[in-house]
Amino acid sequence: MEFPEELKYTEEHEWVMVEEDLAVVGITDFAQDALGDVVFVELPEVGTVVEAGKAFGVVESVKAVSDIYAPVSGTIEEINDDLVDAPEIINTSPYEDGWMIKIRMADAADVDDLMDVEAYQALIAEES
Amino acid sequence: MRYIPHTAGDVSEMLERIGVKNLEELFVEVPDSVRLKRPLDLPEPLSETELLSELKSLAVKNATPGTHKCFLGGGAYHHFIPTVIDLLVSRGEFYTAYTPYQPEISQGTLQAIFEFQTMICQLTGMEVANASMYDGASACAEAVLMAVRLTRRKRVLLSRALNPRYREVVATYCSYLGLELVEVAVAADGRTDLGDLAAKLDATTAAVVAGYPNYFGVIEDVATLVERAHAAGAKLVTVVSEPVALGVLKSPGELGADIVAGEGQSLGLPLAYGGPYVGFFAVRQKDLRAMPGRLVGETTDLDGQRGFVLTLSTREQHIRREKATSNICSNQGLCALVTTIFMSLLGKQGLREMAEQNLAKAAYARQQLSGAKGFSLVFDGPMFNEFVVRSEAPAAEVLRRLEAEGFLAGIPLGGDYPELADCFLVCVTEQNRREEIDALVTALQGGAA
Amino acid sequence: MTILGTSGLVLNEKLLFEHSKPGRKGYSLPKLDVPAAKLPAELCREEINGFPELSEVDVVRHFTRLSTWNYGVDSGFYPLGSCTMKYNPKVNEAAARLPGLANVHPATPPHLAQGILELMYRLQVALAEVSGFAKVTLQPAAGAQGELTGMLVIRAWHEARGSKRSKVLIPDTAHGTNPATATLAGYDVVPIASQGVLTLEEVEAHMDDDVAALMVTNPNTLGLFETNIEAICKLVHERGGMVYCDGANLNALMGIARPGDMGIDVMHFNLHKTFSTPHGGGGPGAGPVGVTEQLSPYLPAAGVERDGDRYRFEPEKTDSIGRLMTFHGNVGIMVRAFAYARTLGGSGLKHASQMAVLNANYVRARLEGVYDLPYKRRSLHEVIFSDKDLPGGCHTLDVAKRLIDYGYHPPTIYFPLVVKGAIMIEPTETESQDVLDEFCDAMIAIAGEARDNPDLLHQAPVRSRVRRLDETTAARKPKLRWEANP
Repeated sequence: MEFPEELKYTEEHEWVMVEEDLAVVGITDFAQDALGDVVFVELPEVGTVVEAGKAFGVVESVKAVSDIYAPVSGTIEEINDDLVDAPEIINTSPYEDGWMIKIRMADAADVDDLMDVEAYQALIAEES
Repeated sequence: MRYIPHTAGDVSEMLERIGVKNLEELFVEVPDSVRLKRPLDLPEPLSETELLSELKSLAVKNATPGTHKCFLGGGAYHHFIPTVIDLLVSRGEFYTAYTPYQPEISQGTLQAIFEFQTMICQLTGMEVANASMYDGASACAEAVLMAVRLTRRKRVLLSRALNPRYREVVATYCSYLGLELVEVAVAADGRTDLGDLAAKLDATTAAVVAGYPNYFGVIEDVATLVERAHAAGAKLVTVVSEPVALGVLKSPGELGADIVAGEGQSLGLPLAYGGPYVGFFAVRQKDLRAMPGRLVGETTDLDGQRGFVLTLSTREQHIRREKATSNICSNQGLCALVTTIFMSLLGKQGLREMAEQNLAKAAYARQQLSGAKGFSLVFDGPMFNEFVVRSEAPAAEVLRRLEAEGFLAGIPLGGDYPELADCFLVCVTEQNRREEIDALVTALQGGAA
Repeated sequence: MTILGTSGLVLNEKLLFEHSKPGRKGYSLPKLDVPAAKLPAELCREEINGFPELSEVDVVRHFTRLSTWNYGVDSGFYPLGSCTMKYNPKVNEAAARLPGLANVHPATPPHLAQGILELMYRLQVALAEVSGFAKVTLQPAAGAQGELTGMLVIRAWHEARGSKRSKVLIPDTAHGTNPATATLAGYDVVPIASQGVLTLEEVEAHMDDDVAALMVTNPNTLGLFETNIEAICKLVHERGGMVYCDGANLNALMGIARPGDMGIDVMHFNLHKTFSTPHGGGGPGAGPVGVTEQLSPYLPAAGVERDGDRYRFEPEKTDSIGRLMTFHGNVGIMVRAFAYARTLGGSGLKHASQMAVLNANYVRARLEGVYDLPYKRRSLHEVIFSDKDLPGGCHTLDVAKRLIDYGYHPPTIYFPLVVKGAIMIEPTETESQDVLDEFCDAMIAIAGEARDNPDLLHQAPVRSRVRRLDETTAARKPKLRWEANP
């Protein structure tokens, strides 16, 4: 399983890539593997205000459903429309083509609360 | 006991293998304080012969279309049931199976449900149908809840001409969900009153719900209801209690309905004093994920053969638990199978022919009654196979007199509609021969039957 | 060891619509004996697009062939845990089809439906006696609707006292219908952990004055009796709550112990489980509900009551939660359940429960050590194993699919959720020792195959009409109906 070093992580298994005041968000390799084949993704509309720690969408496999939580607070700037017709991208490319949303951050300091790759890997080791 | 195969020898051998001395020891976890210390107070067991004789003695005490000339409708209809149906659904492979959790050994049930879903879509003119619900009223309640989910609004307008039982069930389901249920009046033609609708419809309205045909047998103007509902951003729920009507009527889907909920009993199910029947439920493709109930989808197996599976189950209670679209678990499988066989036997021509016969016989009955002394017709909107009759004498008295003459002549309406205290609802289907209709008209007027 | 499995002819069969040919008919109606009538043209539809046109023979062969792709209790052993797949007596089917029971219109005046009302009344009384409740309603169509009825009754009782409690406690072993139902009754769900059985401490920790009810299942979905049930009910009552019992597992207790005597306030029955009515490929069932005397005013309208030798519907009750079904519930199912109770009598029902528990414990004794047994307390009507330690990369799903090749319907799998890889076996009382032995031999053989040739499990089933199906594509690109030109 792969966990890029340049990313930040959450306890709910989302990853975040920070590009100035934009946060790109997806779910980790661990999360996609635990879910199995992803069959459906529900994402918010552009312009929606999201709050750190609150659910912004849903990801489903055949027999499981999971909320996806916003790692940071802000406004949805862009969503990945490709996932609607091809949710399997989340399985095949969780960190690149499988990105879900871009959040224009309300407070860039939110990022400081996220885990780095070592902390996240320790969390996974504990969970599995 | 012929259903329990254990011999005394089996029991002692099994107890020994388990490592307990007697049956009592198997229940060691059940505290003595809650044990029942006496035999159950129930009648002695019966042999098969005794059982059938007891049940027959109960059966003969009930009036049926075999003992009385039956003109009862009101949400349950006496229609022709082809002999084939019961023989097919009596195959043990169908009726002793359960929900098709293991698709490899449930393809019979799954394919039949896929065919059911398809025919419900064709009949209603909708895009997606589920694997069925309990009955018409509970399907109607689920439709209201779905409209609330889709619109995130809390106000629901129910036509007063919608079957009163359905309105009661909607009210029960919605008891503690913080919804506002509002009744819309009936116009002089027996349809939902458009003026009253306009007065009550607003930007907080989730749904407008009306029967098609409605409880009085009158054919609602669904297209106009759709237009009004949509103008306010509300969903239009069409409720079909008599699906045979859809053999001739424009489909609700064609008229723009958002959700169609209905009762499938007319399509091959016996009257059975009210159940088991089967609810059907159809929606637009875009609303699929807000839909309650089971769904069957087509796919392929490892060898590339076509096959069917339960699908999109993340909407359902066993996965989403408290966030599910409904608490419904099983559908009404065998009843849905009955209607599937019925629809495939009747087919394109048969359903139309049956509908046309209902239309013609009810029109004939109305025409005969319109000249009957002491009786009049209440509504003048277009009707299918039911209509409301007003009597100069008290309705209960008239109906009671006709029972004695061998008629189940209609359903009194006063209990549900005080304004129709002297009225009753008459239903005429293809099962009522012309002589029966003539005899009813004669008997109503006090003549010999 | 007998290998069963489907080895008869497997005939291919198209969809109905693919058989259709314009002009074919599968019905006959009498000639119209009144003048034809017409509706205004703007109300009328064109033909029903896509509806099939078939002969009677086409239809009979179609559904006969489909039936052969199914597995029912009549085909063989069906140990689907928590579903109580007991034998469905044939005489009950005949009973439900008696014209005087099958052909009665629901609006028939009660004085012309005395036979059916008497049957309903006597079934209410029998169910009350078996469960220890004061009153029973027969109206709910299924277990889930029975749950809704029960939770609405509890809520109505609270509201009548001005109590606005908002939460319901539900153990993690519960069926998914329990939390879904509590939500539908307007409650917030508080999940509570169980250690196999519920402890008084765990309930006490959550039982505050905002909790309206605790929902339990007894025996629970692990097949274990809730040994602390009396103390738990007492505690919940002391703190102003009610206890709901999911009656899915009543087959363990008939004539042994009664939920009403344990302090439970409301319980639904599943007539299609405990009272032998057929499961029908997924319904129709029936979910009557029993309640204590103090809750009886809130039951749905309208129960059947007796007045001398006459039977009638109760007069309208002002406190009733209302109506759940268009008419009187699934009466055809009630007839079958009544026939079952009359055939067995009180002693027979107790014997059925005893043999059901004997069978589950026998299967447990034979398979313990072969499969992981996560809970060691004495089982009642069902036993739960898991796939822990199964070799060859094999999981519960593989065992289930391999059982199909041996000619069995698999047990319930992956439920309850608290057991990882759960295999939930409920044999019921209608299976003989011989059937259980053959099944256990198959289970043992499969464990051996997992060790020696796991591919047999991964590839299974190979003897069924279709092999494993692609559920992922079915969910990603849902195809939910046939279309002429997709």
